[in-house]
Amino acid sequence: MGETKVVIDDLRKSFPGPLPVLDGVAFDVAPGEFVSVIGPSGCGKSTLFDVIAGLEPPDAGRVLVDGEDATGRVDPFAYMPQQDLLFPWRTVLDNTTLGLEVAGMRRRLARERARPLFEPFGLAGFEDARPRELSGGMRQRAALLRTVVQDRPVLLLDEPFGALDSLTRTDMQTWLDGMRTRFDWTVLLITHDIREAVYLSDRVVVLGPRPTRVRRNVVIELPRPRHHEMITSPRFSALEAELDAVLREPS
Amino acid sequence: MSPRGGAVARIRTHRARDSHTRRPRLAGVVGRVGPSLVLVLVGLGVWQGYVTAAGLRPQVLPSPLRVVEQGWAFREEIWANTVPTLQVTAVGFVASLVLGWTLAVAVDFVPWLRRALTPLLVASQTLPIIAIAPLLIIWFGFGLLPKVVVIALVTFFPIAVGLIEGFAATDRDATNLLRSMGASRWRQFRYVRLPGALPRFFTALRIGITYAVTGAIFAEYVGATAGLGIFMNLQKNSFRTDLVLAAVVVTATLSVTLFALTYVVERLVIPWNGHG
Ligand SMILES: Nc1ncnc2c1ncn2[C@@H]1O[C@H](COP(=O)(O)OP(=O)(O)OP(=O)(O)O)[C@@H](O)[C@H]1O
Ligand SMILES: [Mg+2]
Repeated sequence: MGETKVVIDDLRKSFPGPLPVLDGVAFDVAPGEFVSVIGPSGCGKSTLFDVIAGLEPPDAGRVLVDGEDATGRVDPFAYMPQQDLLFPWRTVLDNTTLGLEVAGMRRRLARERARPLFEPFGLAGFEDARPRELSGGMRQRAALLRTVVQDRPVLLLDEPFGALDSLTRTDMQTWLDGMRTRFDWTVLLITHDIREAVYLSDRVVVLGPRPTRVRRNVVIELPRPRHHEMITSPRFSALEAELDAVLREPS
Repeated sequence: MSPRGGAVARIRTHRARDSHTRRPRLAGVVGRVGPSLVLVLVGLGVWQGYVTAAGLRPQVLPSPLRVVEQGWAFREEIWANTVPTLQVTAVGFVASLVLGWTLAVAVDFVPWLRRALTPLLVASQTLPIIAIAPLLIIWFGFGLLPKVVVIALVTFFPIAVGLIEGFAATDRDATNLLRSMGASRWRQFRYVRLPGALPRFFTALRIGITYAVTGAIFAEYVGATAGLGIFMNLQKNSFRTDLVLAAVVVTATLSVTLFALTYVVERLVIPWNGHG
């Protein structure tokens, strides 16, 4: 195996309750790699991200970034939660600069950093709008802009398109794929949509039901950039079928 | 663009939006207040008719017209007593705001304070003010202080509780988002908990302010040298029912005005919170 950006090393986590949630989750992420995490609902995907992002301490295991222990640290990761969480008291621009301001950057500098991203994120002209004036797709793009502008080494996206209708969702996938090529992000994405996982990823990590651990790593060897015609190709369908089969395997 | 420039621009766009919506909003106000107004007028008409028909003496029940007439005749005296009441209300309410905010912020930052203070806050609301107020006068004299204490006692509770609950209602995911950005507890408060609690605060403010004026009058009733409470008490003792009622009308007007003012302040402070 080549260089690794992130190592998820045997993470374990329980909450008060009958079953542990994370039961030794382990996988690696290479620099610039796009890895999707899929698994049954409630298996612990969000919990896994909370632990990786340093928001929840693991009971055992480590998170390494660039070979160094980053367990419990928030700064290597830019985290996009399941809801967009745009705040109504801030304009769209000021929502996207929140992470920078919170980190102590002067508001003017933060705005200068975020502004140029509005064009590629399809939000030009909405800088001074309020979040409620945005469509669902625009809200997700604004939330994603807020995530990437923090310029952290790894993006953690928790079902960023979960709340969108399928047409908008498809558009957003194409767009995200293009952005990734352009900006060379290292991305970990949670989704429950197998097609989305195949379409966007270099690799898909399949988690089992709670208590969860990795069932399989499926490498997605499809040419980049991806196109929507690929979805009907035999290779794409085979990958979808494989992931579906792994997800449905009895425990 | 400088931060201040941004703020100015925001205020400007807000104004621009206001001028667009002024007409429908005025119609909305009339629509909301209109029915109450009609009801009040009908009530006054019935009252006037009854007093005239029954030939009641004004000491028992003066007609509305007489209340207005005598109120106007005594306008200088009423005004002279309104000013001290307003002063007491303002000082008391400001004290209450300071107390409410201080407690609520402290509780938000220090978890054990919440457990320690919640029962005390509730207990403060069960104090029989009627029994306490005369004691306050014994302790603090006839000056401003006992009245301020009475107002603060009756109004700080909704404010403190509204704020405490507003802070605590912050979405867990929002807190996590801020934490993932590396926000300290203080910054979480400043960027999310505080603005998120403001709508609730204004609701609480409205509840508090309606108690404030009546609280002031009550405090004066118990002991003061001037004020609407004193005025009412004196007029009642000389059987000037009409003047007591005139003072009641002034009191109600004050309360309603302050109540309406909270909406104005709310629109200025949290224009993003579109309601109604
Ligand atoms: N703070 C917590 N305290 C107790 N239990 C929790 C906590 N957070 C999560 N859980 C439990 O852990 C399990 C996994 O939750 P999690 O949100 O990680 O699942 P998920 O895979 O993201 O689900 P979904 O697909 O619905 O988003 C759930 O059963 C949940 O009830
Ligand atoms: Mg989840």
